[in-house]
Amino acid sequence: MAPQLAVSRREFVKDAGGLLIGFSLLDSSVLPRVLAAGSPETVSAPSPSRLDAWLRIDKEGLVHVFTGKPEIGMGVSTAYAQIVAEELDVPLDHVQLVMGDTASTANQGGVGGSTSIMLGSKPLRNASANARYLLLQMAAQRLGVPAEQLEVKDGVVRVKSSPTKSVSYAELAGVGDLNDALKVSGDGFSLNVEGAGKPKDPSAYTVVGKPVPREDLPPKILGHFQYITDVRVPGMLHGRVIRPSGVGATFVSVDESAAKAIPGFVKTVVNGNFVGVVADKEWAAIQAAKALHVTWTEPKALFPEQKDLYAYMRSAPVKATKETLRRGDAAAALSSAAKKLEASYEFPFQSHATMGPGCAAADVHTDGITTVWSGAQKPHDLQKGFAELLRVPIDSVHVIWVEDAGSYGRPGFEDTAADAVLLSQAVGKPVRVQWSREDMTAWGTKGPAVICDLAAALDAQREATAVQFTSRAFSGADTMFRPSSAGNFLGAMLAGIPNTTGMNEFAQWGVESPAYSFQNILATAHVLPAFFDGPSPMRTTHLRDPEGPATSFATESFMDEIAAAAGVDPIEFRLKYIDEPRAKAVLTAAAQKAGWDTRPSPKKTAEGGDIARGRGVGLSTRNGTYVGTIAEVEVNRKTGTVHVTRFVCAHDCGLIINPEALRTTIEANLIQSLGRSLKEETMFDRSNVTSIDWITYPVARASDVPERVEVVLIDHPEIPSSGAGEPSSRATAAAIANAVFDATGARIRQAPLTPARVKAAMDTIHSA
Amino acid sequence: MSVASLKVNGRVHKVDVDPKCPLLYVLRDDLGLNNPRFGCGVGQCGACTVLVDNRAVRSCQMTVANAAGKEIVTLEGLEANGKPHPVQTAFIAEQTFQCGYCLNGWVLTAKALLDKNPNPSDAEMRKSFENLVCRCASHVGIFAAVRRASQSARRSA
Repeated sequence: MAPQLAVSRREFVKDAGGLLIGFSLLDSSVLPRVLAAGSPETVSAPSPSRLDAWLRIDKEGLVHVFTGKPEIGMGVSTAYAQIVAEELDVPLDHVQLVMGDTASTANQGGVGGSTSIMLGSKPLRNASANARYLLLQMAAQRLGVPAEQLEVKDGVVRVKSSPTKSVSYAELAGVGDLNDALKVSGDGFSLNVEGAGKPKDPSAYTVVGKPVPREDLPPKILGHFQYITDVRVPGMLHGRVIRPSGVGATFVSVDESAAKAIPGFVKTVVNGNFVGVVADKEWAAIQAAKALHVTWTEPKALFPEQKDLYAYMRSAPVKATKETLRRGDAAAALSSAAKKLEASYEFPFQSHATMGPGCAAADVHTDGITTVWSGAQKPHDLQKGFAELLRVPIDSVHVIWVEDAGSYGRPGFEDTAADAVLLSQAVGKPVRVQWSREDMTAWGTKGPAVICDLAAALDAQREATAVQFTSRAFSGADTMFRPSSAGNFLGAMLAGIPNTTGMNEFAQWGVESPAYSFQNILATAHVLPAFFDGPSPMRTTHLRDPEGPATSFATESFMDEIAAAAGVDPIEFRLKYIDEPRAKAVLTAAAQKAGWDTRPSPKKTAEGGDIARGRGVGLSTRNGTYVGTIAEVEVNRKTGTVHVTRFVCAHDCGLIINPEALRTTIEANLIQSLGRSLKEETMFDRSNVTSIDWITYPVARASDVPERVEVVLIDHPEIPSSGAGEPSSRATAAAIANAVFDATGARIRQAPLTPARVKAAMDTIHSA
Repeated sequence: MSVASLKVNGRVHKVDVDPKCPLLYVLRDDLGLNNPRFGCGVGQCGACTVLVDNRAVRSCQMTVANAAGKEIVTLEGLEANGKPHPVQTAFIAEQTFQCGYCLNGWVLTAKALLDKNPNPSDAEMRKSFENLVCRCASHVGIFAAVRRASQSARRSA
């Protein structure tokens, strides 16, 4: 099926200059996700200062909402629809969203940092409130009464004292030119608009805060949904890429004789070290890629041995250092401590390993309009990056976002799209690329490895007087999470374009994640040079909550170590050194739900038999969201296997838009981060990543899922929403490690907590 | 190339393809179906699951030659007379999945499991799901949906 045609932006705006435009050309049954390739007038992003850049109401009364924020699987599209329906007082199913199309949505910086609700909903809420205000003005004129005497229900405006006098939004649609200029502030994630109409007070909400079913799930479950994989452009070919034989290997020659014999073979594409093959069907492309005999120079043994990773990180030169928190004089307190604790924690490289290995289509016309279909999180950045890659003006690139598999950051979907662009450019036809599993798991980007060294001072009364935190980590953004430059893309790097926009992103404590209220704190973060500076399968970038799981593993494990040294219950200890009431509240709520057994860890009385049981806690705070996670575990003393039997998670992200979608988001974060805590570790040899599939890169499976997962939602309608996409991933590793310590007395300071590591730690205590 | 006859979702299709081509690509590229989905190509994840004679099968691992003449049902073929299959209804009711890219595997494996064993124990359910991947990790909702489908089938039996 060809991408479905929807009305172009030009057609939207041509028949009226104002807010309400008839949609005579738009069949409302048309899926708005897949818009057609545009004509030159249609591909530049609309100005956010116009109300109709955000929403339009058609003659059927449907509200068409335009947002630069895509859906990445956590239900934000439904939450946005709730917010718009709430402010406009229209039925929820009258709201239809267009997301992430660079030609018809404002640049909101795409998705990232758990900000889609926290920041991204603001302009939608304000634009909707302003539209309601303007519609009431129009209705007042039509009905001959002041706007204050009107009320709105289900998109129909009525005179309060005389409800038969009414006019619907649908009837008002297309009436005239309105003053629809909005005041714009901020840009990217922070882009916001305001008009004369003000949003409702949260106490009046009837749609926001309700567990509305997600709009995207029935079509997905019934098999009607169109993902990026299902975009079929007329005349489209299929491409596959062939990566170098290892890091540092360069292209020597290609023998395409066997590939040419594959029916459907179209072309081999070589551009520097970028090699791909194009065929008429996907299976033909896969076979041709296998049959292509590429000769590379010998890979360079540039990576350290896996077993030496952390030693290598300790000896590597530091590229940049940042002090993220200083209170009092931690060094002095540590030197005069009655008791000093020190511990180091290590967190590995991890892979995004998305469920679908990345898919995109591109139709390149360097003398006209290039169209790229991609599921990457930041379509407007992609537009800029591809304009630079193709050396064309930004307004001649149209990126159409179509949902891909869950992305969890910058997984490589960006690189897949660049591969499609390079191949389409080379063959002069539209090309679809879907990566292989190995392309994604081995050559997709990685979350950085992180080491955290912690120290604490206890005084004679066992009061914690100082904590010192020092991290050494690869940058969370050697591959910039914003794909807005040509060198950002793997294919482009292989073709010889340097990656110049990576930045130092620190594994830090005390900024996004406010530390405890110890009298003396010093937090310092060091960034190491890239594992390999160039096109490498170990490019580091954002993976769900960039460094949060790694730093939280360290800090929240260490809080437990201090509590144990002080002989205090782990939750009591935390409550004592935290001032923020909301942070305290999530810990207390989780403890209450779990029936927390208040006592110091480890457990004094061990059960007999092979299974040791324990409970542990972790606290996560991020940008105004507070999460308390309790894990209950069973540890097999013989094998070192850890099974989490129960999670209890208390979560406070301010105003809750949709409690059901929030609950399922938190549940999934808990299980995904359980996999990252117990299993996930990117393995490599001296020149290649060896974690290439679901066997060599194991993630959480059905047998790993706890028997009980309980989520406690704390709603604060009076506090603006903060983020929920990532914060509940943070504390899981520490909660589990703390529970293992509680059960066995063994402290595991290296993630993931594999049976071998747990067994070794238990053996160390027993031999001590 | 050779012509194979495939019965998919109740309709017979003649396709002229390489008999060694995996069923996955024929369903997607020759018949234009959006389900199944490519996940790994090596039979490790289940995103490409279809029912073949009511067994959950990985279509990336079955050649079109081996699928010929068998009853193939894809996710979009589960609906009957415009009504969702009860297993689909249960997944919708539980608001299961985030991205949903993996769900061919879970929904069709659940259907095949419940057809064979209408009241699976927790251990039986986990066992039948052990070779499936949901990277977003929506397992809690998946398990709840299977329990719901099992209970509603027993109520209506």
